[in-house]
Amino acid sequence: MSALLRRLFVVLIAWPVILVLIGIHVRHRERLPARGPAVIAANHNSHLDTLTLLSLFPLSIIPRVRPVAAADYFLSNRLLAWISTRLVGILPIARKARKIDPLLGCYGALERGEILIVFPEGSRGEPERLGELKTGIAHLAERHPEVPIVPVFMHGLGLALPRGEALLVPRFCDVYVGEAIRWTGERGSFMHALHTGLEQLGQQHRRARHREDGAP
Amino acid sequence: MSFEVPDNVRVALLAILAVLALASILVAAMVRARPERDYTELGLRVRTWWSIILVFCAAVAFDRTVSVWVLGFVSFLAFKEFLSLIPTRRADHRVLFWAYLAIPIQYYWVATAWYGMFIIFIPVYAFLFLAMRMVLIGETQGFLRAAGTLHWGLMTTVFGLSHMAYLTALPAAGNPNGGGDALLLYLVLLTEVNDIAQYISGKAFGRHKVIPKVSPKKTVEGLAGGVLTTTALAWALAPWLTPLTAPESIAAGLIIGLFGFAGDVTVSAVKRDIGVKDSGSMLPGHGGVLDRLDSLTYTAPLFLHFVRYLHY
Repeated sequence: MSALLRRLFVVLIAWPVILVLIGIHVRHRERLPARGPAVIAANHNSHLDTLTLLSLFPLSIIPRVRPVAAADYFLSNRLLAWISTRLVGILPIARKARKIDPLLGCYGALERGEILIVFPEGSRGEPERLGELKTGIAHLAERHPEVPIVPVFMHGLGLALPRGEALLVPRFCDVYVGEAIRWTGERGSFMHALHTGLEQLGQQHRRARHREDGAP
Repeated sequence: MSFEVPDNVRVALLAILAVLALASILVAAMVRARPERDYTELGLRVRTWWSIILVFCAAVAFDRTVSVWVLGFVSFLAFKEFLSLIPTRRADHRVLFWAYLAIPIQYYWVATAWYGMFIIFIPVYAFLFLAMRMVLIGETQGFLRAAGTLHWGLMTTVFGLSHMAYLTALPAAGNPNGGGDALLLYLVLLTEVNDIAQYISGKAFGRHKVIPKVSPKKTVEGLAGGVLTTTALAWALAPWLTPLTAPESIAAGLIIGLFGFAGDVTVSAVKRDIGVKDSGSMLPGHGGVLDRLDSLTYTAPLFLHFVRYLHY
């Protein structure tokens, strides 16, 4: 039942919004993991980011793709909580938990072979600017050194539906999938590798629009 | 919904599909004959032509309402691509939403064949309203540029392209040879043939550049070859698809040939101004939707008014 709801959500909401209204161009789709365990580490500017990433995966594995999201925001009322957990399939984490490891749910999901969607910037930042990355993802990688971490850079979604706006304004957006990185053995160098991975995808975007020929 | 395609339009569509099939076979043969050369780009381009023509067939195969909304969706794609290209101000988020709303409204006038409203809605009402809405937000930094670029986009991608759809709203009696569908096919076919003929004759004979600053690959020879081909085809097809007399059809061919070129280089100028090579990436091998519709932003309004003045 819950798997069906999640697929329906992707078919009826994510696909029409992302593929028809917005329109995305994906580079290096083949670098996306075909099965879990894996972590997608993406930049975060808009609520559309999660919909976009969900639209990249085939329906067959959608129930195993879990966006990691803040419990204090997405479980704040019953309707939002129902939508978040049943339709979007988020893995809620308690940002302010002190006593227990807030990432416990994530470890379990990776052990079950699921694909996590993580936004290492934490919250939605300034559009088109990569904010500082939080180190939670390094804890995940350290605990599961064999799991591939795939950086994904999205451009334009923060302009289509910016933070604080309820109106969606369609525009074409770009998605760049990077090469998977793995735990480097040390937190500093891992975070540096992830940051570089995302930065390079951003630079690739700035170069991508140039082509020589103009034939019909 | 109904399938009421005039016979001559059906034959023309089948002929186009046959030509395209021939092109596909030709590309496949070239790949086999010279495996050392890279024809990926050419293959992609032909394959995208298939999708474009199938969408076009879908647009005319059903009744007029379907045609109008399919073309409205094409306008939406073109306008979306334009807005994705130009720098927009954060403050104008809601204004852009209103600008999008102009698309279904404009195509509603087309669907109901209300010519008076169709012809003034974007140049007058949308023009005045959007600038006013921008002023209400109160951001004056870059106001003229923002209002100007937004309106330029609406005029070309929505107002201009909606003239294609309005051909189907003209009274059927004006064209005994297949009505509006036939005129639409005539316009789009000639405009696209013109693009292709200019490209091919430019590649074959091109030596003297027309406007090197805007589009370094456009040559006088290419332009001339395109206009000649287009005019000849316009003359040959006119008795079969349009109410135009022979001299009128030659004039129509010249208009489509010359102003198709103008539309093409105008969009090139926009791209050059922004600093991109392609308007987008929706059509593999071609670039963006605007890269394919650029000529039509000029030929559609000019052709509609030409035919309408003479025969309606």
